[in-house]
Amino acid sequence: MIPLQPPRRLIDVQIDGEDVRVPEGSTILDACQAAGKDIPTLCYGDTLTPKNACRVCVVEVEGARTLAPACSRKAEAGMKVGTDTERARQSRKVVLELLGSSVDMSTTPRAAEWVEEYGADPARFGDDAATVEQPAKVDNDLYVRDYSKCILCYKCVDACGDQWQNTFAIGVAGRGFDATISTEFDAPLTDSACVYCGNCVEVCPTGALSFKTEFDMRAEGTWDESRQTETTTICSYCGVGCNLTLHVQDNKIVKVTSPHDNPVTKGNLCVKGRFGFGYV
Amino acid sequence: MDLRFRGAEPSEEERAAVDALLGPPATAWEGGTRTETDLRIAARSESQRDLLLPALHAVNDRVGWISEGALEYICRRLTVPPAEAYGVATFYSLFSMEPRPKRVLHVCTDLACQAKGGEAVRRRVEEALGPQGTSWHESPCLGLCERAPAALALEAGTPPTARVYAPADAETIAAAPSPNGHTPNLDVAGDAPVKDAVPQAGKDGLLLLRRVGTTDPGSLDDYRANGGYTALRRAFELGPAGVIREVLESGLVGRGGAAFPTGRKWDATARQPDHPHYLVCNADESEPGTFKDRVIMEGDPYALVEAMTIAAYATGCAKGYLYIRGEYPRATARLQHAIATARSRGLLGENILGKGLSFDIELRRGAGAYICGEETAIFNSIEGQRGEPRSKPPFPVEKGLFGKPTVVNNVETLVNVLPILERGAQAYAAAEPKLFCVSGAVERPGVYELTFGATLRELVELAGTTGTTRAVLLGGAAGAFVTDLDIPLTFEGTRNAGATLGSGVVLVIDDTVDMKRLLLRIAEFFRDESCGQCVPCRVGTVRQEEALHRLSSRVDQDDLVLLREVGQTMRDASICGLGQTAWNAVESAIDRLGVFK
Repeated sequence: MIPLQPPRRLIDVQIDGEDVRVPEGSTILDACQAAGKDIPTLCYGDTLTPKNACRVCVVEVEGARTLAPACSRKAEAGMKVGTDTERARQSRKVVLELLGSSVDMSTTPRAAEWVEEYGADPARFGDDAATVEQPAKVDNDLYVRDYSKCILCYKCVDACGDQWQNTFAIGVAGRGFDATISTEFDAPLTDSACVYCGNCVEVCPTGALSFKTEFDMRAEGTWDESRQTETTTICSYCGVGCNLTLHVQDNKIVKVTSPHDNPVTKGNLCVKGRFGFGYV
Repeated sequence: MDLRFRGAEPSEEERAAVDALLGPPATAWEGGTRTETDLRIAARSESQRDLLLPALHAVNDRVGWISEGALEYICRRLTVPPAEAYGVATFYSLFSMEPRPKRVLHVCTDLACQAKGGEAVRRRVEEALGPQGTSWHESPCLGLCERAPAALALEAGTPPTARVYAPADAETIAAAPSPNGHTPNLDVAGDAPVKDAVPQAGKDGLLLLRRVGTTDPGSLDDYRANGGYTALRRAFELGPAGVIREVLESGLVGRGGAAFPTGRKWDATARQPDHPHYLVCNADESEPGTFKDRVIMEGDPYALVEAMTIAAYATGCAKGYLYIRGEYPRATARLQHAIATARSRGLLGENILGKGLSFDIELRRGAGAYICGEETAIFNSIEGQRGEPRSKPPFPVEKGLFGKPTVVNNVETLVNVLPILERGAQAYAAAEPKLFCVSGAVERPGVYELTFGATLRELVELAGTTGTTRAVLLGGAAGAFVTDLDIPLTFEGTRNAGATLGSGVVLVIDDTVDMKRLLLRIAEFFRDESCGQCVPCRVGTVRQEEALHRLSSRVDQDDLVLLREVGQTMRDASICGLGQTAWNAVESAIDRLGVFK
């Protein structure tokens, strides 16, 4: 099913000297994707309003004083965008270094690839560089919050809040480098408003939020994505019929996700669909 | 909105503090006792999120800190999720979520105070009160630079009291807490007359400072007898479009640092079809070394009230928010008094001066966050969100406060509108006034009014230097060091010299100042004040500080390269002006003063 959109005017933008025609209201990122450019993104979520906090997707817009985040800046007719200019590459490199030196990015998809592509050297800040290292929060049987891996992209907060779930169990607390994702007074999740829908886990870009099964298997060293299969099926609990993607390793369900392109649920599930697979 | 609470109860005192602001709870949902009607009627509950910051202030002002019970009660009253309210409360440095003494001393260790022996005061306070954290804190600039070194004691109670120590004497500030029981007063204990901050006070030819120190800031009659409210009458003659035309013709540009043409901003807002329009006066003056807005608000508060009324008339705003920083107790008291008096005399409220204009001002206090002076962060702060900047576009003139078209202007910008209307745009433009905050190694520190075009040398000579001037920091922590005193003090002149007028800071550095320590303090300032939203600023300010620490013990070319790369990335890729300027002063000190040679 494809939702019907009102017709949109097309505008022309130039990406790296190449003309691209995109519907009005598209972002620079949309235009870049239409032009076949691979722009790194971390805090961008396909089901969420762009927060443009991580700044790895910055591009150079001709005439602008600063670089622009591709994920949120709307493309304008006649805009000339450089995705691979010296200035943009340099900023991406340093942003990757800043993140890599302060956050554990070992489970962030594609991070290692980008570090290599941009020639980033996170170790250059020395051994004494401040990090967000801290023990993982294991306070329930369903999912784990390992904030040493948190890049503070706000996606979990947005998914928990008014963009999807309207549960408001977590927020950003503190300020600056000390800011963290937190419940009120840093209470354990079991004491918070959390309903364990796992929609925060669905959007987390770094693996800071993960299924307890995944967390334990990684600790044991048995987590192996190459041995996993993904099967999309329909949740058997209620009549909504959400899509579930079951990640199976060694004949056991190890994780449940949901396709983001589902026009009804957009990757969101409830506690039953997400975590209630024990009966299988 | 379905809220879940952990069940912490507020103390009687905390409940009373919140109820004093919001009135008693109307329903059980809001934290009152459950009645028969509550069980029969489902009342719709609207979130009053924008009252979150005032409610947090109410508890912090009375009790000194915010307990979990108090926060839950506030959340019930306002229908705000506790996790979000916690995020907001922990954003501001004046709030504590841990028990602490009622009296908390804020010792300024920022640039102007450091240049005047603030470090010695800090050390003596530490000796007397122990390590910082509860009863005292190191503070970013308190805006008392003309009397540096400065300290401010804030004491919770009914009413809360403030005491200014400037110049601070370590023995008196560390003394036992004063008994609380003062009645509200326009004057803050220990604060010198505002006239002392204006060396030119009473001189002829002043436009912006003409009433400071000569007119009673508490008297509306005195204000009117000295030219007050003639500009508003002139505005009514011109009509809204006429006022905007005058402001456009005058060439007035914003004085907060960004120098955007004020007339264009007003015109763009006035034209927006979406209503209501809001006016926000940015009085969150926190740039280290800046105190001009404080002096205007303390010395001539009615001028700001009148200027805001004119701005509202021109741009079609029915409501104005005056957002003042939390560390300005005397300016807050004087503005509260001025707004209340103006309201009681028909100069605010319905049908002002019988001309059919309806406009009122709500005073909002910041709570210790430099970033809230950013033009979109200020909206989030007023709305009860974390004071994080929004990304632009959309610009405030389209979607600002509460998502509506908003004019946001700095205090100095607004009061410039009075002489524009009184004298006419052309006469004003012929001798356009600018305020400068002169501090550091000078004989007569204070706010100076000069017409554009004077050179830095003329200004510094007016204030009289002490010692051998090594450099001048122009524009505050976000500005740049300069050594050439002959640059003209205009926006173009400073830009050509690779500096900025910024907020008008002129901090004179003599050869006794340890430049490495000064740079470290600038780096600490940005690290502390970064909101944490974007990576270049959140981590970049930390890495900048770390590199400066290493450099102050040994010079290493790799660290200098690192500083440059991180600095350039902060400038290019940060969301707002804080990150974009966090490297300016350090860069200029390395390039022009050869600090790490």
